[in-house]
Amino acid sequence: MIRFEDVSVTYDGADGPTVRGIDFEVPEGELVLLAGPSGVGKSTVLGAVSGLVPHFTGGTLRGRVTVAGRDTRTHKPRELADVVGTVGQDPLAHFVTDTVEDELAYGMESLGLAPDVMRRRVEETLDLLGLAGLRDRPIATLSGGQQQRVAIGSVLTPHPSVLVLDEPTSALDPAAAEEVLAVLQRLVHDLGTTVLMAEHRLERVIQYADQVVLLPGPGAAPVLGPPAEVMAVSPVYPPVVALGRLAGWSPLPLTVRDARRRAGNLKQQLENAAPKGRGELRDQPQPTCSRQHSAHPTPVGEVRALSVTRGRVQALHHIDLTITPGETVALMGRNGAGKSTLLNALVGLVKPSSGTVRLGEATPHRTAPKDLVRMVGLVPQEPRDLLCADTVAAECAAADRDAGAAPGTCRALVTELLPGVTDGTHPRDLSEGQRLALALAVVLTARPPLLLLDEPTRGLDYAAKARLVAVLRALAAEGHAIVLATHDVELAAEIAHRVVLLAEGEVIADGPTADIVVSSPSFAPQVTKILAPQHWLTVSQVRAALHPEAG
Amino acid sequence: MGAGGTPQRRVAHPPRPGRQRRAQLHPGAWWLWALALGTAATRTTNPLLLALLITVSAYVVATRRPDTPWSRSYGAFVKLALAVILVRLLFATVLGSPIPGTHTLLTLPELPLPAWAQGIRLGGEVTAEALTFALYDGLRLATLLVCVGAANALANPSRLLKSLPGALYELGVAVVVALTFAPNLIADVQRLRAARRLRGRPDKGLRGLLQVALPVLEGALERSVSLAAAMDARGYGRTARVPPAIRRTTAALTLGGLLGVCAGTYGLLTAEGAGYGFPVLLAGLTAALAGLKLGGRRSLRTRYRPDRWDVRAWLVVASGVAVAALLALAAARDPAALHPGVVPLVAPALPLGPAAAVLLGLLPAFVAPDPKEPS
Repeated sequence: MIRFEDVSVTYDGADGPTVRGIDFEVPEGELVLLAGPSGVGKSTVLGAVSGLVPHFTGGTLRGRVTVAGRDTRTHKPRELADVVGTVGQDPLAHFVTDTVEDELAYGMESLGLAPDVMRRRVEETLDLLGLAGLRDRPIATLSGGQQQRVAIGSVLTPHPSVLVLDEPTSALDPAAAEEVLAVLQRLVHDLGTTVLMAEHRLERVIQYADQVVLLPGPGAAPVLGPPAEVMAVSPVYPPVVALGRLAGWSPLPLTVRDARRRAGNLKQQLENAAPKGRGELRDQPQPTCSRQHSAHPTPVGEVRALSVTRGRVQALHHIDLTITPGETVALMGRNGAGKSTLLNALVGLVKPSSGTVRLGEATPHRTAPKDLVRMVGLVPQEPRDLLCADTVAAECAAADRDAGAAPGTCRALVTELLPGVTDGTHPRDLSEGQRLALALAVVLTARPPLLLLDEPTRGLDYAAKARLVAVLRALAAEGHAIVLATHDVELAAEIAHRVVLLAEGEVIADGPTADIVVSSPSFAPQVTKILAPQHWLTVSQVRAALHPEAG
Repeated sequence: MGAGGTPQRRVAHPPRPGRQRRAQLHPGAWWLWALALGTAATRTTNPLLLALLITVSAYVVATRRPDTPWSRSYGAFVKLALAVILVRLLFATVLGSPIPGTHTLLTLPELPLPAWAQGIRLGGEVTAEALTFALYDGLRLATLLVCVGAANALANPSRLLKSLPGALYELGVAVVVALTFAPNLIADVQRLRAARRLRGRPDKGLRGLLQVALPVLEGALERSVSLAAAMDARGYGRTARVPPAIRRTTAALTLGGLLGVCAGTYGLLTAEGAGYGFPVLLAGLTAALAGLKLGGRRSLRTRYRPDRWDVRAWLVVASGVAVAALLALAAARDPAALHPGVVPLVAPALPLGPAAAVLLGLLPAFVAPDPKEPS
C-alpha cells in the first residue's frame, strides 16, 4: 500500500540528508508503528507519505514513494487526499472550519462526494468516535482529547485507505488515548485501513502494531520487523520491554498480559529478594529521594478551598492542597480536569473566585512578577513560550537579569542540564527535550522553592525523559518542592511521592503514589500491572531489588 | 475499553438520541433583515424612531441569538456605536458646526488659526442646535452599526460565506481563515503575556504588549503555514478537468461581464449615458453571473447540509424589507416627521405610521427558530 524505495530527504540548507536509505513496504490493512529517538526524521517519513514532503516543505526527495500505486513525485498532496488521511502533531493547526460537524464534512466536500453519502458518513463517524454529543460545539471549546478525536474523524470521513498519524496520543490522558487507539484498531480490523503512525509513548501503542519500523539514529537505515524482534534491538522501548529484557525473556512480551503470564518466576525471585515481603516495598518507592517532612515542616505552597470559575464553567471546585519542601506531587486526571488551571492559580495567572492560595506569606496573584519568580516557577506546556531571545547565551543573560541572580547563574544551570549546547544556538533549533531543559534552567535561575511543570514529557523520547527524571530527582533532594501535571503514568511512578487525582475540577484522590496508582486501572504503570499483587512501580526498582550490588 | 468510550465519559457527555441539528435560519436571511433595518435607519434622523429600531433589533438578538463565541460580538458592536455618538458630539463641540443656532450653551476659547486654514474653527460657541444635530446624526450611524452587530450575532459570518457560489469558494475559505486568525492571535498574546509574568517581567502595560508582538506574529505565521499544509493534504484546491472551450467561454463571459458592469455604471452616472447605462449594466451583470456559474464547474466541491432557504427565511427578509420600504415611503411623503427640525429647536414627535412600520421588524422574534431549545 505504501512503498518506500531507497528514499532520502535533504532539506534546503541542511548539511546532509535528514533520512536516508528508507526502503520498506507497508502491506494493505496493517498497522505499522514508526519508532525511534527524537530527531531521527520520523515526521519527515510520515510527511513523505502524504506528499507534503517535499511538495510543501521544500527540500529534495531522492528515490520513490508510492501510495496505492500513485507516485508522490507526480501527485500533489491534494491529489492524494482521497487515499491518504494525515493528522499532524497539533490538532488545532489542522482545523479549517469552526464546528465539529462541519469539520468532519470538510474533507468530503473538497473531494466532491454526494450530499447523502456525506450525511451518512458524518453520522457514522460521530458514532465511531463517540462525538455525537459534541456535534454542534465550536471546536475551540473542546478539550485536547476531544480535539484529537475530531481531527482523526475529519480525515476518516473520506474513507482513505491509508491513515498517517504523528503522535496521536501524546497529548491525551490514558483513557482518551485508549479510546483513540481502540478506534484505530477497529479501523484496521473492520475496514482494512492501513495505518502508519509515529509515537513516543510506545507503552500505549506497541501492542497494536503489526510491524515496527525503527529509525535507530539520524541518517541510519531503518530496521523493519515484527514488534518483538525490533524491540530487542531498539534504543527506545516501553517499560514492559525493559522488564522483559531485564528478566531475559525471549521472545519479548509486548503486552501486559503476555508479560504477566511469564512473570511467575520473576515474582518468586522478587519475593525472595525482598525478604520483608510484598506490600512493604511501597513504603520506600524512591530510594534516591529523601522526604524532608521533619526538617521543613512549613509548607511552600498552600491551597485552601480554592474555586475558580471561568465564564460559565467551574474549572476548580473547593480544592485543598498542601505542598511541603522536598516533595514531588503529580497532578493527574482527564484532559480538561483542571490540572493546568490549578498550576496557573499557584503562579497567580488565574485569580481565585473563592478560597485562598498562599506561597509562604505571599498571595501569588497580588505579588509583583519580579518577586514572584523567587517563590515559584512554572514551566508551561509549551516551553518555547518562555524563551524570547535569539541565542542560548542571550536567553541566559536575560534570565539572570530577570531573577536578579549573579551573571552566569543560568548558564551554569544550562551546562549542567544540557551539556554540549553552545552559546550561539537559537532556541528554536533545539530539540523538544533540549528546549524543555533550557526553559527549566531559566526558571531555576531564580531558585524558586516551588517548581511547577505542565506536561513536561510531551514529545520527549525515553532518553530525554530519563534525563529529566534524574534532574527532577536531584532538585527534590535539594529541597525543591515539585508539582507536575502529567498524563504520563510511568513518569509519575518514577518520581512522584504523592499523586493527586483531579476530576471535573475536584480532588478525588490524594495520597502516596503507590496507593493511588495501584488501585486505578488507567493510572497504574505497566510494571505494577505485570507484577500485581506485589507493589512495584518501575523497572529501576525491580532492577535494584534483583541486583542490589549494582543498584 | 470499547471504542464507544469509557463509562465515565458517557456520563460526561450523554448522547442525546434522535437529536436533530439545531434548527437554523439561513444566515443570508438574517443579514438581509439586518441590512434592511440599517437601510431604514438611514432614511430618518428622528431619535425616537432610531431608538425604536435599535430596540427592535436588540429584542430579536436577545431572543434568537445562539450561544456561540461569535454571537458575543454584539456587545462589542453596541460599545462601538456608543463611541461613535460620543465622538460625533465631541467633534461638534470642539470643531463647531455649520448649523446656525441661537441657544448658546457654552463658549469655548476660540483658537486663532492662520489664514490658509479658513473654514476650520477650533473652539468657539457651542449651541444646543448644533449638539442636537450631531446627536441625531451620530444616532443614525450608531443604529446602522447596531444592526450590523445584530446580523453578526444572529448568523455565523463563516456560514454566510459557505453560501457563496462555487467559483468564489476559495475566496470564501480565505476569508474564513482570516476570521479565525484574529481570535487565535488574541489567545497567543494572552499566553505570551502570561509567560512574561513567569519570567518575572511586568505583564501589564504597552511595553509588555509590544515585546510579545514579534513572537506572536512568528507563531501566527507558523500556524498559517501548518494550516495550509493540512488543507492541502485534505484536498483543498482539487479541480476538475474542464474542456478548453468552456474554460475560454468562462473567461470571456467574466471579463466581458465586468467590463459591461463598469461601462453601465459609468453610463448611469454621467448625464449623456442615461439612455444606454441601465441595459448595459444589466447585460454585464448577467454575463458576469453566467461566467461565475460556468466557473463553478472547475470546482469539484459539494456542500454538506447547505442551509435551506425556507418560508421562515422569506418571512424574516420580508419583515426587514417592509420596514425599509415603508420608512422610505414615509420619508418621501412626510419628510418633516422623519427629520425633526433642529432650527428652530423642537421636541421630536413619534410619527405613528412609521413607528408601526418599524415594529414589523419584530417578526423574526416569533417566526425564526429558537436556538436555545433543541427542536
